Amino acid sequence: MKAVDLTKRVTTGESSLLILSRVSFEIEAGASVAVLGASGSGKTTLLGLLAGLDVPTEGRVEVHGEDIFRLDEDGRAALRQRLVGFVFQSFQLLPALTALENVMLPLELAGRSDAREQALPLLERVGLAARVGHYPRQLSGGEQQRVALARAFVTRPRLLMADEPTGNLDAATGSGVIELMFELNREQGTTLVLVTHDEQLARRCGRRLRIAAGELVADESDLRPAAAGTPVAEPTSAPAVHAA
Amino acid sequence: MTGAASMLRLSARLVARDWRAGELRVLVAALVIAIAAVTSVGFFSDRVRLALVEQANALLGADLIVVSDRPIEPAIRQEAERLGLAQTTVLRFPSMVVIGERAQLSEVRAVGEGYPVKGEIALSPRHLEPPVATRSVPARGTVWVDTRMVALLGVDAGQSIELGDRSFTIAGVFERDAEASVGFLSMSPRILVNALDLPDTGLVQPASRISHRLMLSGTPSDVARFRNFVAPRLGAGQRTEDVREARPELRSAIERAERFLGLAALVSVILAGVAVALAARRFLQRHLDACAMMRCLGAPQRQMVGLYLGQFLLLGGVASAIGVAIGAAGQQVLVQVLGSLVSASLPPPTLAPAFKGLVTGVVLLLGFGLPPLVALASVPTLRVLRRDLGAPGRGSLLSWLAAGTAIASLVLWEAADLKLGLAMLGGTLAMVLVCAGCAWLAMRAAGRLAGGGRGRGAFTWRYGIANLNRRALGSIVQMTALGLGLMALLLLTLVRGELLDNWRRSLPADTPNQFLVNIQPDQVERVRAFHVQAGLAAPQVQPMVRGRLVSLNGRPVQPSDYGDERTRRLVDREFNLSFMADLPTDNRILAGRWWTPADRGAALVSFEQGIAERIGVRVGDTVVYDVAGTRREFIVASLRRVDWDSFRTNFFVVAAPGALDGLPVSYVTAFRLPEGREGFTHALIREFPNLLVIDVASILSRVQQMIDQVSKAVEFLFLFTLAAGLVVLYAAIASTRDERIHEGAIIRTLGGSRRQLQVVHLAEFTAIGALAGGVAAFGASALAWALGRFVLGVPFTFDPWVWVAGLLGGAVLVGAAGWVGTLDTTRAPPLATLRRL
Repeated sequence: MKAVDLTKRVTTGESSLLILSRVSFEIEAGASVAVLGASGSGKTTLLGLLAGLDVPTEGRVEVHGEDIFRLDEDGRAALRQRLVGFVFQSFQLLPALTALENVMLPLELAGRSDAREQALPLLERVGLAARVGHYPRQLSGGEQQRVALARAFVTRPRLLMADEPTGNLDAATGSGVIELMFELNREQGTTLVLVTHDEQLARRCGRRLRIAAGELVADESDLRPAAAGTPVAEPTSAPAVHAA
Repeated sequence: MTGAASMLRLSARLVARDWRAGELRVLVAALVIAIAAVTSVGFFSDRVRLALVEQANALLGADLIVVSDRPIEPAIRQEAERLGLAQTTVLRFPSMVVIGERAQLSEVRAVGEGYPVKGEIALSPRHLEPPVATRSVPARGTVWVDTRMVALLGVDAGQSIELGDRSFTIAGVFERDAEASVGFLSMSPRILVNALDLPDTGLVQPASRISHRLMLSGTPSDVARFRNFVAPRLGAGQRTEDVREARPELRSAIERAERFLGLAALVSVILAGVAVALAARRFLQRHLDACAMMRCLGAPQRQMVGLYLGQFLLLGGVASAIGVAIGAAGQQVLVQVLGSLVSASLPPPTLAPAFKGLVTGVVLLLGFGLPPLVALASVPTLRVLRRDLGAPGRGSLLSWLAAGTAIASLVLWEAADLKLGLAMLGGTLAMVLVCAGCAWLAMRAAGRLAGGGRGRGAFTWRYGIANLNRRALGSIVQMTALGLGLMALLLLTLVRGELLDNWRRSLPADTPNQFLVNIQPDQVERVRAFHVQAGLAAPQVQPMVRGRLVSLNGRPVQPSDYGDERTRRLVDREFNLSFMADLPTDNRILAGRWWTPADRGAALVSFEQGIAERIGVRVGDTVVYDVAGTRREFIVASLRRVDWDSFRTNFFVVAAPGALDGLPVSYVTAFRLPEGREGFTHALIREFPNLLVIDVASILSRVQQMIDQVSKAVEFLFLFTLAAGLVVLYAAIASTRDERIHEGAIIRTLGGSRRQLQVVHLAEFTAIGALAGGVAAFGASALAWALGRFVLGVPFTFDPWVWVAGLLGGAVLVGAAGWVGTLDTTRAPPLATLRRL
């Protein structure tokens, strides 16, 4: 996956706000990348653009060499269906569906007839075999996030996008969820893009992209770490550093 | 004061903002529909009522009328003369008139010197020429006819008509004579004849039904004195009429019609209430955060309530104005449809119905809208920190109570009668519960078919249908509201025609279509022979004696003994008694026994069951009848059930053969006149001028026409009901909007396409519509069965079109409305949506 000159500007009335400014990088298959930054730095916007949930003002995102913004919204949805799994800070389960139905949903949207057969073992894998018929409101925050994990992995995505997955959980529950996420990630060999402001969590990823005020300010890799906090003067040249 | 003014200003600003945000449109639409429905009926009945009062005042033709079914006693006339009142006597009776080749049942008024004692007649020398006011009577040998006669028979001044044994020349045409009979059902055209010519016609016979009307005019005090004199002297079959008492039966008929239409309009009001409740609830949900914040910033609860109440009242005012304007246009439709039932032209309405609409709107708004507002004002301030606090529940006791009180007070107000109102409330509640129950069952069945979103078939369709069960309460409310609206329309369009056709088909081919009344004893054989000569079967004639029930088991019978108005009228007028040896085939004995030949001459009678119940007569009771001054006592030997639908001559009270001997008798018969033989009636009247021919076929077609008109009016009112149902649908869509947007964003994030999402919505709403249509078809068929079984006595036939129209109509209408209504929830980029949540 490759981001080239990603820029997002929001215009409200007279004023224009630059949320993301010419961000470029490349992520190799199977890598785990943390996007770090303070609140409002633009990291969630970046994640949304990478997943094609929003459209950039300028720039492009390439997946397997193809610019996803050449596709229309439904085309990008189909791409997500094939390749991407999501985990959100606020879980984003459908309240009217049971745990099992939530996990089955992505497969059913893809027209798969084996949704149930695929979803049940995964719910078992995340430790919720006894709660498949429960609705989200009957589950604790940690359990809801584990349902969300099962939903994210049920399609065997090539890419997992996680937005502050522990943001709404206490430390102990959060670390349990994170363990599970990294385990599943390893088992399925998924590429991980994790948005967080938690340094410790970020250290578990092989690579860290730091965003500040909408700009990519650092790209650190455990194999060839860039100097922490070193500003990248020309973000366009950022892909010079690659994860293994 | 300034505080209130500034709060109102702030409320107005908030209304403007919420309007821009589209929050309030459902609320306003619901109120507008409710108020428009109520005021349409209100304006229309107001105009009819005004017309009645106006005409009664102007055209009673007297200050006081003594009405009697026998010649008025000289003592009464002498007292009127002593008091110096102007007086004249009018004889009124039905009779056939013959013009050229045609015969027509008409109301004859024989008028004499001094007519009219008050008011005047607008008389045209010829049809369509300008009328001249006159206070005279037709010259001898001439008659005046009304415009209806002109229309029916195509006659005009100068032509000759036959009335009884005499021929007259038409000398004038009038629209209304001094004695107006206003209103519904007055079918016969009128003819004015000089009283001095009456004996020559031979129409006045011992058993003829003639109304004697002593018309009086004078100063109010003299009239009052006369009234005091006459009141204790009035016997059975006699009464006085003045402006206040004129046409009591007509007034009550119109009052009933008004109530019926009013209650029909209330169905829309109740549905609109549901929409208001849904809209107010969404308003509450959308304003919880803002309200918590304002409370946090120090706004007292009182101020919050004031602020939102002000908003709602402003809205109510605007909606009322629009609703009243639509109502004013709507009543014109009612006038177009029903106007011909009211013979008089209608004056413009007063403002009272507008006020009524306004009150309806306010009651609706407060009953359904206030409880959520109170909940809003008492939102916990802590919600600013914890968003899950203060979320609205399923509806508190207060909100149910307020809504219930609002509906109950509106229904009771409209019914203007506790019993009727409670019956209506109970009926509505039962109907709503049954509808809701059916909707629930249908929804469960659909959910099972869709396998809760799993199983085979297109996922999106299954998922959409499964959504019904996921939003169970909302789905039931929508299906019930739409189901009621659709059911009313199905009932009035498809089912009504089918039922009436069935009923007409169920009548045997030889069902009589003509009744002959007033055959004198010496004419019986000649009348029978006349039929045979014309190639028709000789009809079976039945004797008829007119008598008044004067005592029951030794106690005098007075109309005032009975609470029910119809029973009072039954007791007040003369009964048609008959005698016969054999029980007719369409009669069945329910209690007691029919007589044997051995009972000949015994004073035994048999009562029809219904009238026996009304009057309180049982087998073995003693009844006394007064027949033309002669009193006869009878013992009730049996009670019978009569099949009135057979259209044969039947009698409420039948005596044993010989029991009525010596009393004045005339004969009646019913026969079937084949089509194309209308000339026979004409020849019959020529030969026997005193006979009355009642053409049942034309009465039936007139009744049919009236049913059509009334049901068109009700159909029109139920369009408001359907509109209210659609507003409920829209309100329900609006109330699940946030949820749908959220759901849509997640589904699209997970790779669902916009089209898939739209199909989910389409499936959900098509299912709601089809199920509501199914509930409506079921309800309409059940009502049709009940009407056929218990009222019309025709077997139920399954009409597939009711189901096709219900299911298909509901599915298309609601599916399209719901699909369009949710289109925009699939448009926003998913990230924007997810971030807002």
